[in-house]
Amino acid sequence: MAKISYSQALRDALREEMQRDPDVFLIGEDIGVHGGAFGVSRGLLEEFGPQRVITTPISEAAIVGAAAGAAVVGCRPVAEIMYMDFITIAMDQIVNQVAKMRYMFGGKARLPLVIRTPSGAGRGQAAQHMQSLEAWFVHVPGLKVVMPSTPCDAKGLLKSSIRDDNPVIFVENKLLYATQGDVPDGEFLIPLGQAEVKRPGRDATVVATSRMVLLALSAADRLAEEGIEVEVIDPRTLVPLDIEAIVQSVKRTNHVLIVHEACERGGVGAEIVAQIQERAFDWLDAPIKRLANPNVPIPFARNLEALAVPDEGRIASAVRELLGR
Amino acid sequence: MVLSRERSIEMYRTMVTIRRFEERVAELFTAARLRGSVHVYIGEEAVATGACAALRSDDYITSTHRGHGHCIAKGGQLPRMMAEIYGRATGYCKGKGGSMHIADLEAGILGANGIVGAGIPIAVGAALACKIKGLDRVVLCFFGDGASNTGSFHEAVNLASVLKVPAILLCENNQWAVSTPVTYSVPIPNIADRAASYGIPGKVVDGSDVLAVYGTVKEAVDRGRAGEGPTLLEAKTYRWGGHFQGDPQRYRSREEVERARREHDPIALCFAKLEAQGVLTAEQAEAIDSQARSEVQAAVEFAESSPEPEPASLFEDLYA
Repeated sequence: MAKISYSQALRDALREEMQRDPDVFLIGEDIGVHGGAFGVSRGLLEEFGPQRVITTPISEAAIVGAAAGAAVVGCRPVAEIMYMDFITIAMDQIVNQVAKMRYMFGGKARLPLVIRTPSGAGRGQAAQHMQSLEAWFVHVPGLKVVMPSTPCDAKGLLKSSIRDDNPVIFVENKLLYATQGDVPDGEFLIPLGQAEVKRPGRDATVVATSRMVLLALSAADRLAEEGIEVEVIDPRTLVPLDIEAIVQSVKRTNHVLIVHEACERGGVGAEIVAQIQERAFDWLDAPIKRLANPNVPIPFARNLEALAVPDEGRIASAVRELLGR
Repeated sequence: MVLSRERSIEMYRTMVTIRRFEERVAELFTAARLRGSVHVYIGEEAVATGACAALRSDDYITSTHRGHGHCIAKGGQLPRMMAEIYGRATGYCKGKGGSMHIADLEAGILGANGIVGAGIPIAVGAALACKIKGLDRVVLCFFGDGASNTGSFHEAVNLASVLKVPAILLCENNQWAVSTPVTYSVPIPNIADRAASYGIPGKVVDGSDVLAVYGTVKEAVDRGRAGEGPTLLEAKTYRWGGHFQGDPQRYRSREEVERARREHDPIALCFAKLEAQGVLTAEQAEAIDSQARSEVQAAVEFAESSPEPEPASLFEDLYA
């Protein structure tokens, strides 16, 4: 077990998979000498050369399209979209091509490709660099959507995503890159579709994604001092969603709060709410609560940006409200 | 370009097969035997035929919404194609794709595409994979004049050049993007001239001359296989029919269409040439035609006697 950063965990996953399988290659903007906008691929060009660490022009549609074409003839590309906001340029390729090729070709094609991209606010880069757009991809059949919150999950899930024979949207978080955590030594994988209880508790279930998991855990510490024991559960992958694990938790606590970045309206929280009430309505002692970004773009000013994303204090308040305390 | 007798006749046969197939598809659609929409390739047969003749069977193509001709020329099987167009379980895509999504990966057909321009980045990626994996293969990408105005085209051609991949980017300029003439939407004389922006060769070829297409594509294929990078080609052709079957075509004159049919029929031109060379007689051409008709008829019978997909297949083939 070693304590490493989320970035390092991702880099280790990329390196190990590239060493293991010559069909794995990286493609994206500034990923070579520069190591990617957030430094995740730093050093990999030197190790694997420009044939496998391919820096492209600024061409998101062509990056994803090229990854799709390479995947369909037998490679395992890992594409990087510098900011999740820029994935909009590649939406046709993702939604109409990558997600659909296998199904509309009657199961003939395999598309083992990963699109890595960082989401999330908190760096003061405003409306076109700070979005969380995962719900769009959850909505499209044919994709898998992965959102790790810790270095350990980042590594284990990225390795599984690269080995998966399906297209995976791998959503990282900019504020998590520098966070540290224990990661097992050597080879390990975390299967897609397995939620994890990050903290057990009997009073309320908080389902949180990505960076919100960390905030939910600190809120849980604070609430514990007040005698409220919160269970924090991280789905880790949104497609496939481990709804069973969430429902099991709900049946223990009878109270649910869902926390995510991304706007509340049409967000992943709404889907999780719907699935919980379909399966565990009789176990609920209070209406399910959601805490997410308000339905506005991410503003620039520090104070406004802080209001546009859930924080520890608001998570704690939402739990108290949920429990009527 | 001088070709063996057999290969010349083979190309003639492919063009005739495409035409008979497409005529039948158009009839079936008009008779409401087919659903959705079909975009037929009549008038453009020389492009797919000449281009695919310059490829090996293990090379790849990407195709478009007007893709039946590409598929036939690359070795697609008529019964499975027709069954797909009928939405039957025996079709290339088990009835889930239809006319606009026919794919046969074993024949190197990486798929038709319902989104104009979207196949170009995919073709570039497939060519990149050929390069990375050290396969001695090239990828030929068919797209239209309309696609040459999309961002996908410009991003992908540039990327192809930057990465020097073995791709042949073949624009089928059939003069019409739905109702919009290329003279309106492309403000330069030749789409092939756009190659200059990306530092790759660009060449125009007469898309009604199958041998010219073959020769031009062959050069680009050789260039790609030799590791010299991509080529942009433009085949000037003409879409005889509407954008889709049933298109009222208020945007162009009957005379314009008639002129193209009279002066630029790729099959008639090819026959005249082969006949003059003593390669093909009228009787042989007649035999080729009747064989094509019976193959198309057999494909229709196969499709019509094939079952619809099982309801349970709705949920199959989404994830690997």
